[in-house]
Amino acid sequence: MPNQSIRTFLTTKWTLAYLLALLFLLFAGTIGISFGSVSVPIPVLLQIIGKEIFHLPISADPDVMLTNIVMNIRLPRVLLAGLVGASLAIAGAAFQGLLRNPLADPYTLGISSGASVGAVVTLFLNISLPFIGLYTLPALSILCSVITIFCVLAFAKKMDRSMKVETIILTGIIFSSFLSAFISLMIALTGEELRQIIGWLMGSVSMRGWNYIGIILPFFIIGTLILIMNTRELNAMTFGEDRAKHLGVDVQRRKLSILIAGSILTGAAVAVSGTIGFVGLVIPHLVRRIWGPDHIHLLPLSLLVGSGFLILADLVARTIIAPSELPIGVITSLIGAPAFALILLKRRRVGRTDA
Amino acid sequence: MLEVKGLTGGYDNKAVLDSVSFEVHKGELFGILGPNGSGKTTLLSMLSGVLDYKRGSIRIKGKDLQDYSAKQLARVIAVLPQHSSLAFSYTVKETVSLGRYAHQTGWFHSWSAEDEEIVQRVMKQTGVAEFQDLHFERLSGGERQRVLLAQALAQEPEVLFLDEPTNHLDLSYQKELLDLMRKMAKEQELTVISIFHDLNLAGLYCDRLLLLAKGEIQAIAAPNEVLQQDRIQEVYRTTIEKHPHPALPKPQMFIVPQKHGGDYDPFEINQSHLTVGREMIRLNAPHPLRTMSSGVTGSGMGWHRYFVNRHVHHDYDCDDHLAEMADYLKAHNIDPQETVGMMTAVFLDTAAFKLVKAEGFSVFIIVTAGVGNAIDASLADRHSWSSAPGTINTWIFVNGHLAEEAFIHSIVTATEAKVKALHDLQVLDKVTNTYATGTSTDSILVAATQRGTTLQYGGTITPLGKLISRGVYDCTAEAIRNSRKRNEAL
Repeated sequence: MPNQSIRTFLTTKWTLAYLLALLFLLFAGTIGISFGSVSVPIPVLLQIIGKEIFHLPISADPDVMLTNIVMNIRLPRVLLAGLVGASLAIAGAAFQGLLRNPLADPYTLGISSGASVGAVVTLFLNISLPFIGLYTLPALSILCSVITIFCVLAFAKKMDRSMKVETIILTGIIFSSFLSAFISLMIALTGEELRQIIGWLMGSVSMRGWNYIGIILPFFIIGTLILIMNTRELNAMTFGEDRAKHLGVDVQRRKLSILIAGSILTGAAVAVSGTIGFVGLVIPHLVRRIWGPDHIHLLPLSLLVGSGFLILADLVARTIIAPSELPIGVITSLIGAPAFALILLKRRRVGRTDA
Repeated sequence: MLEVKGLTGGYDNKAVLDSVSFEVHKGELFGILGPNGSGKTTLLSMLSGVLDYKRGSIRIKGKDLQDYSAKQLARVIAVLPQHSSLAFSYTVKETVSLGRYAHQTGWFHSWSAEDEEIVQRVMKQTGVAEFQDLHFERLSGGERQRVLLAQALAQEPEVLFLDEPTNHLDLSYQKELLDLMRKMAKEQELTVISIFHDLNLAGLYCDRLLLLAKGEIQAIAAPNEVLQQDRIQEVYRTTIEKHPHPALPKPQMFIVPQKHGGDYDPFEINQSHLTVGREMIRLNAPHPLRTMSSGVTGSGMGWHRYFVNRHVHHDYDCDDHLAEMADYLKAHNIDPQETVGMMTAVFLDTAAFKLVKAEGFSVFIIVTAGVGNAIDASLADRHSWSSAPGTINTWIFVNGHLAEEAFIHSIVTATEAKVKALHDLQVLDKVTNTYATGTSTDSILVAATQRGTTLQYGGTITPLGKLISRGVYDCTAEAIRNSRKRNEAL
């Protein structure tokens, strides 16, 4: 039966896609841990991981300093970068599907800035809410990102009922600028050391330690689960909200959960690493180019690729001008902004031939 | 299947619809008509659950629309949208597969063999199966429309809503789509509710029509009743004419373009347009004329510019005289589509013609007559049937505007005048030896310029009838005398 073979082909296609994405992530993770000011040879790295994490009875006794570097510095750093990259990429993929807009991403929509405001307020005013303690930072970041996305969408809708792509982006940029100004104001008022603050704002995953992984992990899991549960709805939403409703999607509820899940992921990522732009834009775009726009696979694949991508970006950021470190946001923006321009240019051209 | 009661509502507190009530039955093809801004699309949005309404109720299968969950509703109704844009490029099959969304339940929404089978079936039905792996955005407007139809059908709905479904489709797909809808309505009892812009398509395909204007129902009934000339003119604020479909008992509405200076100036058909040759008598009109005729080509009612009466040998016997005549005309650079063509065995130099005038209009008449096989109509059953070329061909050109009934009156009047001429010249039926009333294959043409004076009737004592009787009587008599003379000379 021909259908059988087509389906086998499709199954193989997706198996291969996941395999490739996983290999990429594994490769990024390995060299991310291995490379640095002190390099850890890969066999040694495997020994350390095996011994410290899986408690395998390994006879070799790796160097204590290297073990320390891997376990206390590199591994948490790589894991954090991976989690942040994954969160931003999957959130970007979801926003793009929901808003039918390949230019949407937590950064261009202003959500990252919203989350930053929450984080900056928490950090610089040293707020600690009762009961949630350590989670005050991500909680306020997430709250601010949710508020921001709703403000952006409400404002965009006021400007243009049909919520054209460009309108939403423009609104996102307006909000972004406003919120950045607000952050600058706060920084000016606190009068702390400027370089550190700006470093944080540009995004960094350095010297965060295991604590931060604990902060982001629960939000990452919740947000990702909600989005993965809505992939088919995202596919339907690509045809417009009315069409999705005709197809049987409970649009209001699904839209709300996708927006909130995306904001949770963005808020948590910003809380631990500052604003890292364009990951949510570039990665889903790349994945879509390679494997197509089906959200059922787009989301998980973006997650894997985004994770690997940010680990590599972090590696570049900390090695390229060693011993100094570049903020990771610089690297992602250097890659992301031209990509953004390219996508915009392509859209314009398509739009013109259509008309 | 669908009951709407007192439906009121619209956008932003502005009521577009005002207490609209109607019912649609299972398996019905129901059309919604109305001018732009009448509330058609608003009504459809409310019926398909996309737009909330203020007052009234919509019940589908006896259950209130608002009591359906989104998925439940999508298993009962499906919508074919007017246009659709895609942010990302899915393949045709992926697009159609989304139609199964509402039928897939459980955590993993697994794709069952049944889903696959339905998707393949609807893609075949709508003719998109062969490009199922192509990308949606690469398709033409018409193909996209069919893919979206497949998507809607994959929902296996009981009610299908269409919003101006034929908008992007060329003629053959319009017909195919609506034929498919009718078939599904009749065979699978699918209820189809569709907005139409094209009154004629709606009239052709729908079982019942709803006419909306300014958010209120103007009429809801069978097409023939809804599509009344006066009502449509009033609702659409334009001039239209209603005529029956030529092949079906369905109404058709025609728009009448605004007249521009010069376009409709009266003109006169007379001898100057006529050429009498050995092989054919030909009349070229400067503009198409409204015709009713029994010629070989261009018979029945129509609009024609060229008129040909062709001489053929009296043994002319062609199996397919229609095709032969068309070929003959083409060979002489005359478009058969625009021509009323007749044949005669009579020599054409015996033709008689005459322009007769009355106040405000005139009639130009041309007759060729041979009475070799003259027949008494009252005793026609004594003759065996044969299709010899017509021997009295009568052409009547009226320089005036004839009503349809006037065409028929004119033919009757002309026939009576012809019979009288034959009688006065004592033409006999050779078989029965009684007075002949005509020949076995007489042909007649009434053509009118449709400009100038309007002539409603053509009976013998009407102004038109008087001209026709006089002219036809004189010309027929003269043509018979001419042809007798020529025969004697031979």
